[in-house]
Amino acid sequence: MAALRLGVWALGLGPLVWTGVRIATGNLGANPVEELLHWSGRWGLILLLVGLTITPLRRLTGWNRIIKVRRTVGLFAFSYVSLHLCLYLALDQGLAWSFILEDVTERPFITSGFLAFLLLVPLAVTSTKGWIRRLGRRWQKLHRLVYLAAGLGVLHFYWKVKADTFWPLVAAAVLAFLLLVRIRWKGHRNAPG
Amino acid sequence: MLIRKPEKISESEVTPYELYLNRRKFIGRAGRIALLAAVAPGSVSACDFAGKEAEATEAGGQEDKLTPYEDVTTYNNFYEFGTGKGDPARNAGPLVTRPWTVEVTGHCERPGEYAVEDILGRFPPEDRIYRLRCVEAWSMVIPWMGFPLKDLLSWVQPTSRAEFVEFTTLYDPEQMPGQRRRVLDWPYVEGLRMDEAMHPLTLMATGLYGKELPNQNGAPLRLVVPWKYGFKSIKSIVRIRLVEDMPSTSWNLAIPNEYGFYANVNPEVDHPRWSQARERRLGELRRRPTLMFNGYAEEVASLYAGMDLRRWY
Repeated sequence: MAALRLGVWALGLGPLVWTGVRIATGNLGANPVEELLHWSGRWGLILLLVGLTITPLRRLTGWNRIIKVRRTVGLFAFSYVSLHLCLYLALDQGLAWSFILEDVTERPFITSGFLAFLLLVPLAVTSTKGWIRRLGRRWQKLHRLVYLAAGLGVLHFYWKVKADTFWPLVAAAVLAFLLLVRIRWKGHRNAPG
Repeated sequence: MLIRKPEKISESEVTPYELYLNRRKFIGRAGRIALLAAVAPGSVSACDFAGKEAEATEAGGQEDKLTPYEDVTTYNNFYEFGTGKGDPARNAGPLVTRPWTVEVTGHCERPGEYAVEDILGRFPPEDRIYRLRCVEAWSMVIPWMGFPLKDLLSWVQPTSRAEFVEFTTLYDPEQMPGQRRRVLDWPYVEGLRMDEAMHPLTLMATGLYGKELPNQNGAPLRLVVPWKYGFKSIKSIVRIRLVEDMPSTSWNLAIPNEYGFYANVNPEVDHPRWSQARERRLGELRRRPTLMFNGYAEEVASLYAGMDLRRWY
């Protein structure tokens, strides 16, 4: 268990440390703002997908204790997505609110990413033990929103690229697979006999 | 289709360009340094060039400093070598650029296959410092070397039927790993209207920063059209065809509602997915306003008089 926790923290903080080193040594390339935007968005999406893999993995392997790191992974994902948004607002747009408003309202590429972030906010807020207890069965229902958020995140990624859709399609395939696995299991559970 | 096409570029249209050169005095100095670099290789490194000549010129009240050689040669869109910005610098090294022939074909008096050495020998390079604005809303300032495309075109003598010029990049998946995937419909094709091609600002680049053109920047011969988005400036050209009809160009074929044939830099016409009103000059943190025709309106706006630039994006 300790090793698993350590692994999850390494996964969550590793990219941050590595990027800190790159910033300190001036190794972000010719367009550091773009590099940081891509990096934070990429890790937000990766960690969301990793988080969504935990429950199916638990079912498949019977390794029940893995569920204990799900919240940590989810909160790391939310942290990267939040960082991504902050970098966009402050570094990329220089807090030019008229441009930001236009982006969010008129460009589906930005709208989708922004919606994904908004959907993740209540999930992060209700991730505490207290909220889990208070919400009871409704907690699980609420947290299914993560699929919608991940879907919007993939769409945001897909709409971002110019012509090379390889990685967005990989992300879409992973998400679709995770969703199908879940639907299939649900079907089995409800099947008679 | 309403397209205004002057018969010929008149002398009066060329003169303002000379004025333009003089107004930006530093170009002359940059040229001398480039010349020094050419006659005495090793005496001036690219860094010196950037350091000494990183003085300001102005366009629209904004400073234009040369983008460092390092950035110009490691941050490239050249999908033939991969779609990442660093891929061309990583993968283009082995590209064989000698021997290299450029086929000139179509409606002209002197069609043929020309060795690139012959072309370079016939048209001696001059220095041109241009802004480069990518459709992705980033920009650079690059000291090119090259010759005006109009010199080459005048030499091959287009016939009266030639209305457009079509350019084609090398197709060679062995050497160009990016072509092994169908990200675009290879080979890459671009085009210009004849008056755009004959405009004195339109350059066939053969080098930058006083050096031979690096492979990742489109060696041995590339187009530079400074008032259009970067994707118009086709790299590693193997064919120039003089044609009657508007050529089908690669990005226009791939996503027609996003990339037009004209692709003039225009802050008022947004890309469907992002704003074109501002750009990030590499090396600067804050975005700066994008200028009409990338700051070359004085020189080129007349080419598009009466055209609806929202329609002909």
